[in-house]
Amino acid sequence: MTAFLEISKVSMRFGASAPPVLEDVTLNIGAGDYVSVIGHSGCGKSTLLNIVAGLLKASVGGVLLEGTEVDEPGPDRAVVFQNHSLLPWLTCRENVRLAVDQVFRKSKTRAERATWVDENLALVRMLHAADKLPGEVSGGMKQRIGIARALAMQPKVLLLDEPFGALDALTRAHLQDQVMEIHARLKTTVMMITHDVDEAVLLSDRIVMMTNGPRAAIGEILTVDLPRPRDRLGMARDAGWLAARAKVMEFLYARHRNPAEAA
Amino acid sequence: MSMTLVRRDGAGSLFSRFVAPRIEPAAIAAWLGRTAVSIAPLAIMLIILGGIWQIATDRPGATLPSPMKIWTDSRELILHPFYIRGGLDRGLGWHLLASLQRVAFGFSLSAIAGIALGLLVGTSPLAMRGLDPIFQVLRTVPPLAWLPLSLAGFREAQPSAIFVIFITAIWPVIINTAVGVRNVPQDYRNVAAVIRLRGFGYFARILLPAAAPFIFTGLRIGIGLSWLAIVAAEMLIGGVGIGFFIWDAWNSSNISDIVVALIYVGLVGFALDRMVALAGRLITRGTSA
Ligand SMILES: Nc1ncnc2c1ncn2[C@@H]1O[C@H](COP(=O)(O)OP(=O)(O)O)[C@@H](O)[C@H]1O
Ligand SMILES: [Mg+2]
Repeated sequence: MTAFLEISKVSMRFGASAPPVLEDVTLNIGAGDYVSVIGHSGCGKSTLLNIVAGLLKASVGGVLLEGTEVDEPGPDRAVVFQNHSLLPWLTCRENVRLAVDQVFRKSKTRAERATWVDENLALVRMLHAADKLPGEVSGGMKQRIGIARALAMQPKVLLLDEPFGALDALTRAHLQDQVMEIHARLKTTVMMITHDVDEAVLLSDRIVMMTNGPRAAIGEILTVDLPRPRDRLGMARDAGWLAARAKVMEFLYARHRNPAEAA
Repeated sequence: MSMTLVRRDGAGSLFSRFVAPRIEPAAIAAWLGRTAVSIAPLAIMLIILGGIWQIATDRPGATLPSPMKIWTDSRELILHPFYIRGGLDRGLGWHLLASLQRVAFGFSLSAIAGIALGLLVGTSPLAMRGLDPIFQVLRTVPPLAWLPLSLAGFREAQPSAIFVIFITAIWPVIINTAVGVRNVPQDYRNVAAVIRLRGFGYFARILLPAAAPFIFTGLRIGIGLSWLAIVAAEMLIGGVGIGFFIWDAWNSSNISDIVVALIYVGLVGFALDRMVALAGRLITRGTSA
């Protein structure tokens, strides 16, 4: 089968003397899939995502998107970074506009681009604060702007690197719901890094569980066969949900305990 | 899904921030109260220091004038900064303006050349290897040491003074700009890479704004050094200028005038520093200190 996004035998080594961080990672992601990658901190999740983004070059192996090799970063693989990465001197709207102006410079008129920026701000419900600087809005709002900026590029794959990691529980739940809704509406292919089991089970079609580094690899892949739309309250008592959750927990905390905690 | 879970932040909307609030007597009283609280410590300190100074110098044979004596000696100078009595005998305001004009010229030149050279050294490893050692040596030369060479080259007081300002202020601008350019956070470079912003677009939209806080740090140090250098340089070159005024007052033993001039020099230097800092905050939208 030819997948939409194909990660093929990827190994990654930083410096010749250190052991490889990732070893022989192969993963196929279908169009429209929501795939989460979960693993303990430091196992190489961000490294894998950055290789898909083209920000890092794999030492061995490679990534194919629709059959074409990925060899540099580009807007077809938009990234929502772990720490939002908004430019602090631009307002929220200008941050999105910078990306839109750059990506659609030739294909959309000025007016179309302006409308498109606002449409995406509306999608994450941030129009009301669009003219504030990132420093003036909350962490959750910054992350939503980051998501709007990524979605506005109309990427083939949306890459999320622990997008809700730094947020409080309520804001995090709220944003997860928004991302689920957006995914249902736009059918974007998503690869999301997380270390939160509930988040992975709630959002994903498949959960990729990584072993601990160095030489981290894919330990197991769990298909989450829960009907959508999923509702977090109903899920809490759903047997399928509880089983999926238990499997991921068992992988992470019984078979592949965090080396830092095990010591 | 509603917005009720989203935290409302403290800052008002862009609109409400620029609408003048209704002025109420209670608000005025509160404002006066706050101002008094913030100014009181300074006022008390000034009174104490002035008192000590007065006690220490208010006796026959004192070599330095007391505050009271300064007031009687130099009242004319304090109250009328813009008198002209012909020749170089004019108010402190004129001297300060002449000095400020030189600083404006010299500092502007050093800002332009310094930012340009800093960008070059920060972006090109080759330029860095060629130029940085030269900069590191030249920047340790004291400002006044440039003056004789400058006079020899220009054969005129005005351009020589401006050159001394220029050469004094340029080093911190170059060095800070280069540091800012070299330290564009990886996050911003990743964003630029994903949207394929390169070349001039990268320079204008990412590199320059990211380096701006560093550039303004350099400019702030530079304007401070300019002001230090101009007062010293003017003592040597003469003509109109606050440095010359101080030297002239010393030669005519008007110690009170010197004290008044020093206070003005300090206040103007402080104002210059604050102006550059304010420009930095406005241009970088609050991301520079
Ligand atoms: N640029 C780099 N140079 C050297 N080592 C790196 C680099 N980036 C990541 N690493 C190492 O690779 C490992 C995995 O990092 P990362 O992918 O950030 O982990 P995760 O995102 O799973 O927490 C860590 O041990 C980290 O120290
Ligand atoms: Mg990470």
